[in-house]
Amino acid sequence: MSVNITFLVITGVLLAAGFYLVLERTLTRVLLGIMLLGNGINLLILTSGGRRGVAPLFQSGLAAEEYSDPLPQALILTAIVITFAVTAFLLAMIYRSWTLTSADELADDTEDIKVSQKTAYDEEEDSPVAEDTTEFVDEEGRPVREGEE
Amino acid sequence: MNFLDLAPLAVVLPIIGAGAAFLARRQVLLQRLITIGILCLTLVLEAGMLAAVWGGESYAIHIGGWDSPFGIALMVDGFSAFMLLISTLVSLAVLFFATSQGLADGDEPGPVSVFHPAYLILLAGVSNAFLAADLFNLYVGFEILLTASYVLLTLGGTAERIRAGTTYVVVSVVSSVIFLMAIAMTYAATGTVNMADLAVKLPDLDQGPQLILHVLLLIAFGIKAAVFPLSLWLPDSYPTAPAPVTAVFAGLLTKVGVYAIVRTETLLFPGGAVNAGLLVVATLTMVIGILGALAQTDFKRMLSFTLTSHIGYLIFGVAVGGPLAIAATIYYVGHHIIVQTSLFMVAGLIERRAGSSNVTKLGSLAKLSPALSLLFFIPAINLGGIPPFSGFLGKFGLLHAAVQDADPLTWVAVGAGLLTSLLTLLAIIRVWARIFWRRAADAEAPNPELVHEAAQVAAETAAGGAQNPGLGLKLARELEAESLPWGMRYATGSLVVAGIALTVFAGPIFEFCERVAAELIAREPYISAILSF
Repeated sequence: MSVNITFLVITGVLLAAGFYLVLERTLTRVLLGIMLLGNGINLLILTSGGRRGVAPLFQSGLAAEEYSDPLPQALILTAIVITFAVTAFLLAMIYRSWTLTSADELADDTEDIKVSQKTAYDEEEDSPVAEDTTEFVDEEGRPVREGEE
Repeated sequence: MNFLDLAPLAVVLPIIGAGAAFLARRQVLLQRLITIGILCLTLVLEAGMLAAVWGGESYAIHIGGWDSPFGIALMVDGFSAFMLLISTLVSLAVLFFATSQGLADGDEPGPVSVFHPAYLILLAGVSNAFLAADLFNLYVGFEILLTASYVLLTLGGTAERIRAGTTYVVVSVVSSVIFLMAIAMTYAATGTVNMADLAVKLPDLDQGPQLILHVLLLIAFGIKAAVFPLSLWLPDSYPTAPAPVTAVFAGLLTKVGVYAIVRTETLLFPGGAVNAGLLVVATLTMVIGILGALAQTDFKRMLSFTLTSHIGYLIFGVAVGGPLAIAATIYYVGHHIIVQTSLFMVAGLIERRAGSSNVTKLGSLAKLSPALSLLFFIPAINLGGIPPFSGFLGKFGLLHAAVQDADPLTWVAVGAGLLTSLLTLLAIIRVWARIFWRRAADAEAPNPELVHEAAQVAAETAAGGAQNPGLGLKLARELEAESLPWGMRYATGSLVVAGIALTVFAGPIFEFCERVAAELIAREPYISAILSF
């Protein structure tokens, strides 16, 4: 099977640029990255079909090797539609995020920060337990100690 | 005409239902009826399918009558039918839960009415992924369920959900890109995407390309299954979604990834070339996930961490390989789906009852909400692996399979599995002690309403005295019924019962899992069912 090296190089460049952009914090750049990734992958699928050939519509007298492989083209068509839908959804989400926070950046997870700032000391588990020095309890069952009402 | 020829309906019915539910978005009751009716129909169909393959048959459906490997084939064997039935069962319970919640809150027809159609499409995607017998159809199944899940996760579009949704969408898209890359390379190397055909042709490839394809597929599925180090997106994005959405995601989405990993390891690359790597990954997934769970103060986040942690057990089972380990993995998948979903539903109930799922604000719930405590307690100790529940049986099966002829690495993983089980119990008991046992007034940030209600119940109990000890309980039950509609409680209860049923009928179910595992490892039934058309 012969391989089109230009396509492969372009695929590599598109994917590298795409992954780089996806790592950004700015959402529009992430979106651009995802579009590049989608196109890069589509090109890769096209390359997987092998050498070029006649459009795969039946013509009498043409040997099977003359046609191009139709399956990757069908796969790409599906992939394009899916990427399109996801892009549209992401765009809507980015717009919503911008309306809410008037920033085009992904915000931090506040709960994550809370957990990371928590000390190892846990009030409930680590505080010294008061020793009961009395056998007397009040109506609710709590111990009554000297000097307490 | 075989009954199993109806299998595509498991995908088609929910999609038709989604369309009908969308058309009926202005009639709230009609829409509910459509979704529930469609899901019940699907459940009956899938129960029939499972019954038809219970003895260990494999049946392939060639869509449109095209010969394999040229056409698209769907596969009904024990594994896919089992996963289909459990996933529909769980989604039906969650749907009752969501419907009851929605009816109680009287939600208006409007943007939220997209919930029911999106929910059905999610289920269609899950079913398609389970039935798919070629890689590209599997990809399409993933995309259907993911796109529906994007909508469900960002329902309502609040700032918090949009933030969580962005992480989720971007991570999912990247995993899909990696999956597509694997598909393109597989096609370039073998000229087919049909899984049975691939199973025949992949062994002819050189070791190098085989390993690349294998690892690429595992990375793509690993992101979806939330396997460490690809799991960090999950606890970040799941907890912010509405309770029923989190519950169904926790049950189904990661398990679709696990399902794909099992198929990859048994059907496509049976040699176990990366088993050592999988063992390491499984160990890390278990331990790091559960350590994360111990650090959380929010109950839903804690559950998300235990979810990723217990995915480690499934990967562990796959990595050990062999009939017993695979059988235990399949059994454990069923257990994990049911238990995690019911716990997330309980989290939704707690949030509704007490206004928050943050452990620092809660207390007294054992007194205030007796039914809820029971609903929490059973799946919680089931998750922790206390005998005789299914969690214990699944873990026992996995560890038993692992120690049969174990090398040092497997022993480490076995140790990690035991440790994780203990730490899960610790995490669960801490939550139990704080949310249910301690007094609401003792919480770090007490909720005045809970404190007040606790005092009321205590006063009532005191008033009843020895003659009438049930008085406090009666008030507690009245308060509970006020805030938790019966539909939500019974939906959760039914899943808890399903979890118990998995324990009671463990004998026949495990035997079935062993038959399925033997079939998966033999590979022959799958391949010949598809290729000899």
